[in-house]
Amino acid sequence: MLVVLGVFFLLPIAAMIEFATRGVGIDAPRTLTSFTSILSSPDLTGAIVASLELAAITSVAMLAILLPTMIWTRIRVPRMVRVIEVLCLAPLTIPAIVLVVGLAPLYQWININISDSILTLAFAYVILVLPYAYRALDAGLSGVDIRTLSEAARSLGAGWATVMWRVIVPNMSSAVLNACLLSVAVVLGEFTIANLLNFENLQVAIALIGRANAGVSIAVAVASLMFVFVLLLALSFIARGGARRRGAHGVVA
Amino acid sequence: MTAVASPTAGSAGRPRAGSLRFPFAWLGTVPFLGYVSLFLLLPTAIVVAGAFAGARGPSLANISALTQPYIVDSFVHSVVLSAASAAIGAVVGAILAYVLATGNREGAVRRVVTAACGVLSQFGGVTLAFAFIATIGGAGFVTLWLQQHGINIYANGVWLYQLSGLILVYTYFEIPLMVIVFLPALDGIRPQWREATANLGGSSWHYWRHVAGPLLFPSFLGCLLLLFANAFSAYATAAALINQGGIIVPLQISNALSSEVGLAQADVASALALAMVLIVVVVTVLYSTLQRRTARWLP
Repeated sequence: MLVVLGVFFLLPIAAMIEFATRGVGIDAPRTLTSFTSILSSPDLTGAIVASLELAAITSVAMLAILLPTMIWTRIRVPRMVRVIEVLCLAPLTIPAIVLVVGLAPLYQWININISDSILTLAFAYVILVLPYAYRALDAGLSGVDIRTLSEAARSLGAGWATVMWRVIVPNMSSAVLNACLLSVAVVLGEFTIANLLNFENLQVAIALIGRANAGVSIAVAVASLMFVFVLLLALSFIARGGARRRGAHGVVA
Repeated sequence: MTAVASPTAGSAGRPRAGSLRFPFAWLGTVPFLGYVSLFLLLPTAIVVAGAFAGARGPSLANISALTQPYIVDSFVHSVVLSAASAAIGAVVGAILAYVLATGNREGAVRRVVTAACGVLSQFGGVTLAFAFIATIGGAGFVTLWLQQHGINIYANGVWLYQLSGLILVYTYFEIPLMVIVFLPALDGIRPQWREATANLGGSSWHYWRHVAGPLLFPSFLGCLLLLFANAFSAYATAAALINQGGIIVPLQISNALSSEVGLAQADVASALALAMVLIVVVVTVLYSTLQRRTARWLP
């Protein structure tokens, strides 16, 4: 049973690699020209760079907006914790295809009045990554006794910025990294919003080039898949490493 | 020895000196609430407003536009696609989850498969579509291999780019999702129940029919609904596979949004989006109700 399903799931991935390494002609040897020609296509490299920039901006913005809010509500405004949780998990119920219908007029306004760069997509992407980032940060925060730590720091004279940045965050560094890696994975795989708002990010570029040159687009798809897979693998190692470190040294203060 | 209630039990801030403390604390949530209102609640409001917008104020014109045959067809296709891929994904995923749950809980097989399921359930969209084109598309690996052995799977037309092809591709991420959401329920089944059934003279059939079945059924149904909602909202995979036409609702929405006809189409897109979100919300609410029923017996 496992073998059959394993074949079913690994086959498309193997087929992608096979397709991307095909040479010209029936019996041509395997070649990596599809992969190397990625670099010579300016549209593609532009889209790759844009997606990586978006991933970075989204992670930073998500942390800047979500992390202080979560810490603050847990310490000072406990009643809002539930509200924040509902708002963060709402994007799971509102599909991206629905959200983009409402975002279209908003982005028309943004493109005219603020900027028409693809990086404005970060505004929408932060909303998309909220559920995953919230769960990751929530798991990290629940392992830290924030109340005691913040009371101790405050009684020693620390301001709130010091409490958040130098006391609490170092104790949940693996959760923060977790949230960032998840955000990067989501942003790199996002297609719906970018496509319908007429921006060309990585996935849109893959789809467009795929209509003309299937080999190159599948090569990019394989590359991005490997990249995300390595990221998520790193995530699982960091998660385990963080837990071990905390167990050995206790609270990092 | 009396326990003194801490006066600062409510917060770690300054002690309660006056009544001015609360407003300042709530200000800390303003950035987040402002951002979410602007980029999540506002677009949702725009969708709802757009669905009821007309040339001269609120109207039901867009809603009645939804009753046109080609739109009704797309809803039917969406429901069929989501139901079929959810059903296949649920059954196969449940069997796979059962195989994992009855095995070694700390074993390598279970960890590898669970991790793989985590990655594969997120592996959707454009990359998945191209993976399937590379596998069983016109020049795909499996297609060519089958042709060499005399089997032409496209003898009656290329079905990969139609509904049946979509169903196959969707099961690729539905099965791992089912494993992930159903495994906790299976883990909650205690071996003592099986032993108790055997003690009382019951067979495997009795166990499944009267003990494990009724306990797992709400969770199974709930997970099925989750898979349905997931397939219903999926857009990227279909968009990458199907270049024109709108056989399912997300494709209709994208056609309405990006057509050059004019504004009227944007409101139809809003009506479609509203209908879609209503369906997804109903399904998700049913899912949480069923999950809560399961949680009564299975932690």
